[in-house]
Amino acid sequence: MAMNAFPGKEAVEKKGWFRAHQWLIARRISQLGILGLFLLGPLAGIWIVKGNLSGSMTLDVLPLTDPFLLLQSMLSGNLPVLSGALGALIVILFYGLVGGRVFCSWVCPVNLVTDLAAWLRRRFDLRSSAVLSRSLRYWLLGLVLSFPLVTGVIAWEYLNPVSMLHRGLFFGMGAGWVIIAAVFFFDLLLVKQGWCGRLCPMGAFYGLLGSGALVRVKAANRDRCDDCMDCFAVCPEPQVIKPALKGAEQCIGPVILDINCTNCGRCIDVCAEEVFQFGSRLYNQRGLPKPCGKTNEAVSTVRK
Amino acid sequence: MKVTRREFIKSQAAVVAAAAAGVTLPASTTAIAQSGDEGLRWDKAPCRFCGTGCSVLVGVKDGRIVASQGDPDAPVNRGLNCIKGYFLPKIMYGKDRLTQPLLRKKNGKFDKNGQFEPVSWDEAFDVMAEKWKAAIARSMEENKGKPVEKMTSRVAMFGSGQWTVWEGYAASKFMKAGLRSNNLDPNARHCMASAVGAFIRAFGIDEPMGCYDDLEHADVFVLWGSNMAEMHPILWSRLTDTRLTKPGCEVHVLSTYEHRCFELADNPIIFKPQTDLAILNFIANYIIQNKAYNREFIEKHVQFQKATTDIGYGLRPEDPRERRAKNRGVGKKHPSSFEEFAKQVAPYTLDYVSELSGVPKKKLLRLAKVYADPRKKVSSYWTMGFNQHTRGVWVNGNLYNVHLLMGKISEPGNSPFSLTGQPSACGTAREVGTFAHRLPADLVVKKKAHRDFAEKIWKLPEGTIPAKPGYHAVLMHRMMKDGKLNTYWQLCNNNMQAAANMNEESYPGWRNPEVFVTVSDPYPTVSAQAADLILPTAMWTEKEGAYGNAERRTQFWRQQVAAPGESKSDLWQIMEFSKRFKMEEVWPEELLAKKPEYRGKTLYEVLFENGQVNRFPYEGQITDDRGNVYENHESEHFGFYVQKGLFEEYRLFNSAPDRIKKGHEMAEFQAYHRARGLRWPVIDGKETLWRFREGYDPHVAAFNPNVEKGDVYFYGNHKSNGGRANIIFAPYEPPAESPDREYDLWLCTGRVLEHWHSGSMTRRVPELHRAMPEATVYMNKRDARKRHLRDGQIARISTRRGTILARVETRGRNRPPRGLVFIPWFDASRLVNKLTLDATDPLSKETDYKKCACKVVKA
Amino acid sequence: MADLSAIKRKGITRRRFMGDVLKTACGVGLFGLGLGLYANRASSLPATFIRPPGALPEEDFNGACIRCGLCVRDCPYDILYLGEVGQNIPTGTPYFIARKGACEMCEDIPCVAACPTNALDHALTDINEARMGLAVLVDHETCIAFLGLRCEVCYQICPIKDEAISLERQHNARSGKHAIFIPTVHSDRCTGCGKCEEACILEEAAIKVLPQHLAKGELGKHYRLGWEEKEAAGGSLVTPDVEHRYNLPEGMRYDYYGEGLIQEGAEETPFPSNPLDTLNKGGGL
Repeated sequence: MAMNAFPGKEAVEKKGWFRAHQWLIARRISQLGILGLFLLGPLAGIWIVKGNLSGSMTLDVLPLTDPFLLLQSMLSGNLPVLSGALGALIVILFYGLVGGRVFCSWVCPVNLVTDLAAWLRRRFDLRSSAVLSRSLRYWLLGLVLSFPLVTGVIAWEYLNPVSMLHRGLFFGMGAGWVIIAAVFFFDLLLVKQGWCGRLCPMGAFYGLLGSGALVRVKAANRDRCDDCMDCFAVCPEPQVIKPALKGAEQCIGPVILDINCTNCGRCIDVCAEEVFQFGSRLYNQRGLPKPCGKTNEAVSTVRK
Repeated sequence: MKVTRREFIKSQAAVVAAAAAGVTLPASTTAIAQSGDEGLRWDKAPCRFCGTGCSVLVGVKDGRIVASQGDPDAPVNRGLNCIKGYFLPKIMYGKDRLTQPLLRKKNGKFDKNGQFEPVSWDEAFDVMAEKWKAAIARSMEENKGKPVEKMTSRVAMFGSGQWTVWEGYAASKFMKAGLRSNNLDPNARHCMASAVGAFIRAFGIDEPMGCYDDLEHADVFVLWGSNMAEMHPILWSRLTDTRLTKPGCEVHVLSTYEHRCFELADNPIIFKPQTDLAILNFIANYIIQNKAYNREFIEKHVQFQKATTDIGYGLRPEDPRERRAKNRGVGKKHPSSFEEFAKQVAPYTLDYVSELSGVPKKKLLRLAKVYADPRKKVSSYWTMGFNQHTRGVWVNGNLYNVHLLMGKISEPGNSPFSLTGQPSACGTAREVGTFAHRLPADLVVKKKAHRDFAEKIWKLPEGTIPAKPGYHAVLMHRMMKDGKLNTYWQLCNNNMQAAANMNEESYPGWRNPEVFVTVSDPYPTVSAQAADLILPTAMWTEKEGAYGNAERRTQFWRQQVAAPGESKSDLWQIMEFSKRFKMEEVWPEELLAKKPEYRGKTLYEVLFENGQVNRFPYEGQITDDRGNVYENHESEHFGFYVQKGLFEEYRLFNSAPDRIKKGHEMAEFQAYHRARGLRWPVIDGKETLWRFREGYDPHVAAFNPNVEKGDVYFYGNHKSNGGRANIIFAPYEPPAESPDREYDLWLCTGRVLEHWHSGSMTRRVPELHRAMPEATVYMNKRDARKRHLRDGQIARISTRRGTILARVETRGRNRPPRGLVFIPWFDASRLVNKLTLDATDPLSKETDYKKCACKVVKA
Repeated sequence: MADLSAIKRKGITRRRFMGDVLKTACGVGLFGLGLGLYANRASSLPATFIRPPGALPEEDFNGACIRCGLCVRDCPYDILYLGEVGQNIPTGTPYFIARKGACEMCEDIPCVAACPTNALDHALTDINEARMGLAVLVDHETCIAFLGLRCEVCYQICPIKDEAISLERQHNARSGKHAIFIPTVHSDRCTGCGKCEEACILEEAAIKVLPQHLAKGELGKHYRLGWEEKEAAGGSLVTPDVEHRYNLPEGMRYDYYGEGLIQEGAEETPFPSNPLDTLNKGGGL
């Protein structure tokens, strides 16, 4: 596949810069806005949100808890208190609805790091990449969850770059930058989309959490696709596009149902032909050519 | 730019915060470390904090005190120190020491509302002298044709019980003789004045008859309004040791709230404020009712009197409480008899007093019994609970009554003992006459013979010293507010923080445009902030000094190090300032006419180059008996051994053969540099441990050749009544302000172990600041709950005079009963004296800091 | 690529597939081993790092805490910190260092209330019951109270004054006339808040809060304290002693349980024990 070092160039020309970046901008606003909200407290003394992504309290009423961490905590034999459980439930419901990996692309601070690595890779055409399976993350997820179960210690938190970066920004990084730098260089030099796309067990967990999510990207106008490959070039999980974009013949619906789609919307931005849109998973049936019937479900469900 | 009160308080808080921010050992303090003891020059010095008078050894290297230790040879402390003494050297090296004079200026000129700018000593004294001369000129105008009994003055000096002996002496001479102003008062007015009043009224001579050895000899200790455990830490360890090691020893502690001493108390007593008067009368009544009194002693050694009652509260005359008082400020005593006294104390029955004081009968009886038991030696100790009392002189006296009824006095273990709060409250404030009514060695300005004697020693013409007592500490602030006092020089203390009713009296007085305030201090204190001119001061061992502690022990030290920058000792400042005055500017023509040789001279020449003070040459250095060499800045500057000259002149008052008052004799100057202090009277080189008792005190036989062996003779009253101590009946009278519906709590203020007084020195020691960072409001848990206050929460404490904020403490060192809160006053960011009432004992003029009404709400 | 669907699509052999799975499993296993060893090392808590009140025992705490920092945020005195990478403490878990800033023992324990997981046990409702550690006066040679100086800063600042730290009085044999006030920590009341360590005026604190297991000794399991057992039982655990009788000269007594040999009348004075009996007879008057 010949990838464009500047994907979206055409889209910019056709739709204008803003429309060719609108979801990216929205995402950055979301990521930085969330960081900003958390930083308001320690920096300005305005306590809208306290805590960090692992657990937080908004305006002293809304608890949010990372269900991944809480699960580990519970596996170590500890039951949360009401606020903790409620917080996790709210988070599960939210991501269950909007897509689990929305966390990765709209919230997670490491995304900024790995996006930068991916951008640099494209910009400087760094192609070399070691082979690492995208399913490795599920192995790691299993490993991570087994730790508290077996040892009673949330071992993953000693390494987890996601919580480390987020927490570090508000509570002190210490030597945590080393790990964040490691993720960055790993993605930049060793493995393309290495961390978020192949290793991160937290992403894997959230992916599974959103397996039935309602909000999905759909290749609504897939017939317009001119095979420019820009969407594949920018997509952090490019394997999720193909079934939806090119699956018309195999009776696969135009909605990207792969749980690893992060709903980042970058494909929508960079597509000059405006093939992609945000939509609902329910659209899948309606968007299919008539003869295919219900078979699409079987093909395009979760792959592990 | 007028400095508003609010700005003033805010900036003060900032100063303190800044000082506090540097708690991680500022560079200047880290130098005090063990850097190898080679080359250290060790010398002794008394601790400059409380009246205990512990001795320390200071180790100097390269012009800096780099080490210290408790003096193992000192009889008071035997090598021990309290927490403040442990950090003594560090108080000198705070990072914000003042090192040059600072004057409020605007556009290059002095301006009452200007900003402080560094100035030279010359400029400082120029501006100051101009203000003083103007005020003196006004006074001279007003005093024209007035007899000395009517003279007033518009200049004032506020001194200190932390002054060295010669600083107090020089100040007394400068003000009373030089400027002919009796407006000289020490901060000891806030501290000791009631004790002084009672000593004089009962014994005709000041200061305790006993000494610290009573701590080992007594069987029973009774603490009256004294938190000795925190305020006299080393004495408390002696008392505790006796309690521990002496079979049958017991400790009674009386206070209006539970404090640290209650931990040792066998009979802990919490009484309602002011009812100590009644409790003492109950004890007297109990002794009489049970015929336990020592009839022989009473017949031979006691005279009965009664106090004038309903004397007011020392407030401003227009205050309704003063108007109601029938005998406002009258201290006259009336003759009485044993029978009358018995009749007067008779109403103070167990039932009545228990009801009035809130003390269970059992406890009152237990207390009364130890006093009444002839076999038990009782030592009573008191501090501010008694002295800071609108009936302070009375309550002191009522305790003497009890001791005198039993004859339990002036012998080892039987001692009513007034503990002093300051290192030289006795030695300086009292003994050299820095009070507005006193002259050196217990003489008073009112008596012509005393003035004559002082004038003779000082080589002054007759009629130099005014006969009318000057303004006392509290009155000074009122007079400043009223514009009747125009210059005020505060040295060696922090009266803006210390004086009561800051909002209504102190601050408006100091900031009155008609008043010029000079503050001499080593640090930017609350007072310095409110001043017009700040003079940087040498402290403690940066000068040669002498202190007199609570047991009459005079202790000397040599100058160990040089003061930083342009700092000068108070002694240098007073003497140097006196050079600014020509005699014609301070004395009227008719006085000068009596001593024409003084014409054209400066005050300095008349007071200090009088052939007496300047008679000991200075050899360029001071050498001790080990050959160590010390500097002496003042002597270097003035060209003679200043301290020795002043001390030897002072000795003419207490030790010359023609002295008026016997009983204060001191040894010659050099003896004190050799000894770890000597307890006066020192006669033929021998110290006196217990006064007024034959065998211990040679004066007894000298005054009363017929005295029986071992008997007492109260020679202070030799002239007035033939050597009898006075038992003076004084009733219970209510305090000036009591809680009511709105201000529903008692407010009591006081000190803590870790900080000295206003904290200007100890709060600059990082470790002490960490140990006691802020003043909290100690209150009863139930009182706090009722106001929805939890520990650590900020409460707003208000009185009719002001409001402060402080954190609530219900489980701390002081545990008040319901209805009373306690706030220490060391914290410059929480000025509790904005709350207090300037009600004073009308006799001693000492403020009652222990009782006023306040309310506490959640902030 | 070992992607399952890719296998299907590309028709990779079962053998290759199994090999890939094994390789991945091995790799992940090795990684897990490394993580485990690292976690094991990183889980040790240095003695000076103190957990907030109500913290579960360290091994449970490490499993329960989700590193959210809400306790840190709700501490009104800002004494709590989260462990940072590279520090000798589980990353992201809360602690305080007594010497830098001790627990102020808030009555409403906001840190515990903030904890979403019970890592800080919500069963702790009375702060006086917290056991964050145990204060130990570790250095008797430099503690100036031990030397007889009047310090008692640790005693004064203790929030459970007189109970958690008391001053035991002793005679100062060196000075001969002063008492020594020895700060003594009582483990049944000390919460380990660290105020004493924070306030200690020495350059290096002589009193330190240590984890309970480092601070406490343990009596041999077989041994009982006789006097306590007797008091608890309300009397001797065995048959009480018989009454003893002695051959004694005239005027002597022997008190078996107390003073030993006593000379009769030696303690007597000419006065009755109640002074009032003397006083009311008229005294010397």
